[in-house]
Amino acid sequence: MNVLIVLIPVSLGLGLLGLAGFLWTLKARQFDDPEGDASRILQDDWDDRPAP
Amino acid sequence: MSLADISGPACPACVAGPLAAERGRPAAAADEIQLAVPGVHCAACISTIERGLMRRDGVADARVNLTLRRVRVRHHGRETPESLTEALKGLGYEAMPLDMIALSATEADRASRDLLMRLGVAFFAMMNVMLLSVAVWSGAEDATRDVFHWVSAAIALPTVAFAGQPFFRSAWASLRAGRLGMDVPISLALILACGMSLSETAMSGEHAYFDAAVMLTFFLLGGRYLDHRTRAVARSAAQELAALEVRRALRLAGAGTETVAVADLRPGDRVRVLPGARMPVDGTVEDGASELDRSLLTGESLPARIAAGGAVSAGEVNLTGALTVRVTAAGRDSSLARMADLVAVAESARSRYASLADRAARAYAPLVHTLAAAALVGWFWVTGELRTALNIASAVLIITCPCALGLAVPAVVTAASGRLFRRGLLIKDGTALERLAEVDTVVFDKTGTLTLGTPRPVNLDELPEGALPVAAALAAGSAHPLARAVATAAEERGVVPALLTGVKEVAGHGVDGLFDGVPVRLGRADWVGASAGARTSTWLRIGTSAPVEIAFADRPRPGAADLVQRLTETRRSVMLLSGDVAPAVRDFADSLGLADWRAGLRPEEKAAIVEALVAEGRRVLMVGDGLNDTAALAAATVSISPASALDAARVASDIVLLGEGLAPVGEALGLARVARRRILENFWISGAYNVVAIPLALMGVVTPLIAAAAMSLSSITVTLNALRLRP
Repeated sequence: MNVLIVLIPVSLGLGLLGLAGFLWTLKARQFDDPEGDASRILQDDWDDRPAP
Repeated sequence: MSLADISGPACPACVAGPLAAERGRPAAAADEIQLAVPGVHCAACISTIERGLMRRDGVADARVNLTLRRVRVRHHGRETPESLTEALKGLGYEAMPLDMIALSATEADRASRDLLMRLGVAFFAMMNVMLLSVAVWSGAEDATRDVFHWVSAAIALPTVAFAGQPFFRSAWASLRAGRLGMDVPISLALILACGMSLSETAMSGEHAYFDAAVMLTFFLLGGRYLDHRTRAVARSAAQELAALEVRRALRLAGAGTETVAVADLRPGDRVRVLPGARMPVDGTVEDGASELDRSLLTGESLPARIAAGGAVSAGEVNLTGALTVRVTAAGRDSSLARMADLVAVAESARSRYASLADRAARAYAPLVHTLAAAALVGWFWVTGELRTALNIASAVLIITCPCALGLAVPAVVTAASGRLFRRGLLIKDGTALERLAEVDTVVFDKTGTLTLGTPRPVNLDELPEGALPVAAALAAGSAHPLARAVATAAEERGVVPALLTGVKEVAGHGVDGLFDGVPVRLGRADWVGASAGARTSTWLRIGTSAPVEIAFADRPRPGAADLVQRLTETRRSVMLLSGDVAPAVRDFADSLGLADWRAGLRPEEKAAIVEALVAEGRRVLMVGDGLNDTAALAAATVSISPASALDAARVASDIVLLGEGLAPVGEALGLARVARRRILENFWISGAYNVVAIPLALMGVVTPLIAAAAMSLSSITVTLNALRLRP
């Protein structure tokens, strides 16, 4: 069972990575406009540098 | 998408009059401006606005928020709110600076992000603790179990301390106010679960409830977030409706006029009110003659005549001639502001309504606390062991924790208000749906509510040969609603207006001109030389022949007859309260099949009738749009006003009807009943889980596994049940 000493921190680390990713999306205001994001995917204008 | 339904003719942007170009303070950062753009509703709008604004040199970045109907512009310091409003107008969108409400808006944004962050943290912790717990449930023992418990504790304790703060704060607030809200048992269960699990872990015990504690936090935060989101969207839409009415006035200063905000007017100032404009203040007419549309204030559909010396009130619409008005009361003293105070009083009375969730909490909190205390005393009595007794008492509290109860209401309300918003109804108040479901009496206002408030000529076919082209040509020369109605009706019939010369409008009387050298007149009965009848009408005289009458009737809103019929069929009593004269009200009530109507009512009488109905124990829905309805709207159990209503009426009502038709009101009544049923079902579902779990907990056989299963199952069932919502 000594493998747990490695596995638990690894699984926690992966989870923390996900959490950090989520917090980043939050900070980048990706949840501010769910309706707009749903519509933007339907825009048909070509854009080389899409707005973040 | 279906949001397009509500951005038709009655979308907030179109209801708006001339818009403000008021100089605003930059909202958030020095180089950032936020504008409300109520007209944006689809992907194409987003592209048009963003690309149009980005093309300007001074703009660094433009981003549309479709959910809140706003655009946020970052610029290089050269743009002003006015320049951007102008630019957006060029793109075809009405916009207004958001500086006055930006502060509260950013606060709401921050609160929403804060909740979401706590939700994310709780989710992370829940998943990890759950993984560890699965190992414990499947039989980890001794040192392994202890390690797992300690790791869980290390994750769960900080999480609960951080993510549970909204509950702790609100529980503390309600305890200090001497109430037992839903948050008190929640906080107690969270704290007890953590404390008890920690001491069990320290003593190498078998059961630790860290997983239950974090799961509880996560589900409850989910409910809280849904609730917050729904409210934020409704609030921002309501604020925009209000912001659209930023009103300005033309003040006479020295030789010319200057445009000032209504708030800056002082008693004694003189303002000019042009035809078609709304009176900004209370005052007396100094100069000019005109007619006033008082329907929003009194419900009268006939325009009233006004000349020098007459009194006007804020909110009336000037129809035909320009007026100079000396201000007698403005700002806080004007009749509009007094009405707003009245609304504030009524709203404090409204908050006495106990929501279903409150009532459930009131029955629930004492019950679980008694049960837990009984378990503690009982087990201590029987076994004499404090540790066992404490464990079992905490297990009771954890298993009965109102996880599903916390989701029961927000899940349903979110689903229902989203559906109604797409149908063109804006739910402003969280408990409005519950109150709407109980309605058994519906009270309507007439002018502007059941009718569109725009008259239509009814006897054009009976006019003598050749009269209609002359009438149409004369009518084209005036902005008076009756003249406009004649012109529109003639155009619809394909009538070519006659060729007239010297057409001029005589303010307060009508229009005259020459037709082949013969004088022709269209206007008030006494001016044309006829005697006025009881009906709303205008008169036409050609040369010396006898004047002919063109009679008008107000048009019912689309769906009005269907709505009344539907209400009668569902055995709700329907009543019409109008400030208009009796014959007009009777004719209209007959045409809709309404038996119960009262005419000529003053605002206080309307409110008194509604109050009497409420005092009788009836649940009254009031639908009205005018200043004269405001008190009645506030007195009713629940109230609806159309978007075209006066600001005060919209503030007083719980629900705003964004479209032109009345059909959504019927649907809302149906949907509200279904929503209420779903909420009650949700209470029963979470109650049923408790009925099974509480005896187990009292017997002391509940394991963390059972607690976790009961909690997640009940939450998921409740959410799924809420999504089952169909009108």
